[in-house]
Amino acid sequence: MTIAIQDTAVRSPANVALHGRIAKYGLLGLALLAYPLMASDFWIVQIGAQTLFMGTIALSLMWLGGYGGMVSLAQLTFAGVAAYMVAVFGVSNRPDISLGWEWWAAIPVALLIATAFATITGMLAARTEGIYTIMITLAIAVAFSLFCRQNYAIFNGFAGFAGLKPPSLFGLDLRAPLPFYYLSLAFAAASYVGVVYVTRSTFGLALQAVRDNPRRMRAIGFNVYAHRVAAYAMSGLLAAVGGLLLAWFNGRISPGTIAAGPCINTLVMAVLGGMVHPIGPYVGALVFILLQNFAIDLIDPERFNLVIGVAFLIIVLASPDGLVGLWQRMTRRRPEGGSSQR
Amino acid sequence: MKQFILTTLNGLTLGALYFLVASGFTLVFGLMRNVNLAHGALYLLGAYVGWTVADKTEYWLLGVAAGFAATAVLGLGLQLLIFRRMEGQDLRQTMVTIGISIVLADLMLWFWGGETYQFSPPEVIDGSLLLPFTPNWRYPSYRIALLVAAAAIGVGLWLFLNRTKVGMMIRAGVDDRAMLAASGVNVQRVFAITFMVGAGLAGFAGVVGGTALSIAPGEDVRYLLASLIVVIVGGLGSITGAAVGALIIGLAEQYGLAYSPTYGAVYTFLILVAALALRPQGLMGRRA
Repeated sequence: MTIAIQDTAVRSPANVALHGRIAKYGLLGLALLAYPLMASDFWIVQIGAQTLFMGTIALSLMWLGGYGGMVSLAQLTFAGVAAYMVAVFGVSNRPDISLGWEWWAAIPVALLIATAFATITGMLAARTEGIYTIMITLAIAVAFSLFCRQNYAIFNGFAGFAGLKPPSLFGLDLRAPLPFYYLSLAFAAASYVGVVYVTRSTFGLALQAVRDNPRRMRAIGFNVYAHRVAAYAMSGLLAAVGGLLLAWFNGRISPGTIAAGPCINTLVMAVLGGMVHPIGPYVGALVFILLQNFAIDLIDPERFNLVIGVAFLIIVLASPDGLVGLWQRMTRRRPEGGSSQR
Repeated sequence: MKQFILTTLNGLTLGALYFLVASGFTLVFGLMRNVNLAHGALYLLGAYVGWTVADKTEYWLLGVAAGFAATAVLGLGLQLLIFRRMEGQDLRQTMVTIGISIVLADLMLWFWGGETYQFSPPEVIDGSLLLPFTPNWRYPSYRIALLVAAAAIGVGLWLFLNRTKVGMMIRAGVDDRAMLAASGVNVQRVFAITFMVGAGLAGFAGVVGGTALSIAPGEDVRYLLASLIVVIVGGLGSITGAAVGALIIGLAEQYGLAYSPTYGAVYTFLILVAALALRPQGLMGRRA
């Protein structure tokens, strides 16, 4: 199996399938749009918005792992770079460090720097394969968090930055629950559509082919290394988008937010949901955040990590392609996208 | 000059500790291609078990033995019950070890709490030692003992791998697993022994390292990261590589701490990047 193109679109019953899919997506979209009407502020922001932007960060890992075959633990680090940069270039509680640029200047620069950081990480990590990639990205993630903790000139050390908030657009306070939810939804939807679009582009297909058989792709004349690095760059942009929302949600960014544990949580979300379909990371993020908030009812509130660790282990042992894979097998559909699990 | 010599000794002892942790990691990887990201958790578990036993019995050496035994048994269990069932699925095994490390870390926090433990070695090696050829400079004897112990373990591992039958099987397995199985060796037994020794070494290092420094939640991640960097720099799967890598990282960390305290961790990282850029397979590694 070299390229897993969906050939269903060519056959005639495909139109039925296509309409079915449009109906399904339309329904999902409507549900997501209508969700805040029937939920409290806690459910809108704490569960809803957080799922959407953490899911986007996990999506960046699903893109890299599912379609590129590279499992990286540095995705939250890319998000953290964007969050730090928006604090450094924009407005924070440390005017002696922050440059105080307007949001329309600070945000693009933050996204750009995070993408550049991801590209450089990719240039290092793409020299390796499989489990080596996990190790190197984990090392990079921890090193960056340690660096931020030690550096006071730019990253303000242990305390990091507080007082981060999204811009006010047309007199709308984007920090208020409802606008923040829709902002997260818009970013998540754009990321989701972006990933789906790119996986069907020439680049996306070549990347999936590289995942399945790098040797053959090299022999055909594709630059395997460049495809991998480009995949990292795109994952960096996706993670950075999530990182901005993360910073605005917390109102702050500090080394603890991007330490080893939270970095691994991103992987947990992606794997829980399943790295076989771009919806997986969002499902995983939802389950993770629900567990995080309601573990208190299941067991001791302190034991959240135990709950999530056991859930993760059960999924990895029982269904390597996550909850979405489980669902696909139950409804007997062919898996879309790919599997990073060999 | 005094600072330089003491820093060098600190670097060497830290390198010795890193070697103890990383040797088990690299041993397991070399044979089974299993990146055990729960290695740090095993280190911490060994330390806690060792501390508890030493505290109850008041024999430090008993603590060391208990730390080794506890993690060795756990490692054996993991290999037989879990990893054996997913052979050849590198990525999935690694995921499982991540899950195990999360669960273990939380169980340990539950059982031993968040406080920092410290325990002292037996009196023989608890004082300080006069450094030869120096004007009355002293250095903790425990750290010298740690250095000697690491060297002994290193030589022991080398002898085990190069002079015993099991060692021969392990080396053969590293080179060609299928051929080893074809020549009638019970590969599963070799795997089980290797995982047991590797996990046991982590627990042993936990007690020894916990005595030299301290035991607290979070140390697991620190030593996991140290092992990762050491084996990436030294070359995955190579015991000599682990020794060389551990010395380089230990010295770099201590020199960094002494001469530019702010960025100690960053030097380690720069070495990692340089190693990756110049020799992705590590200093002593071979291309897989």
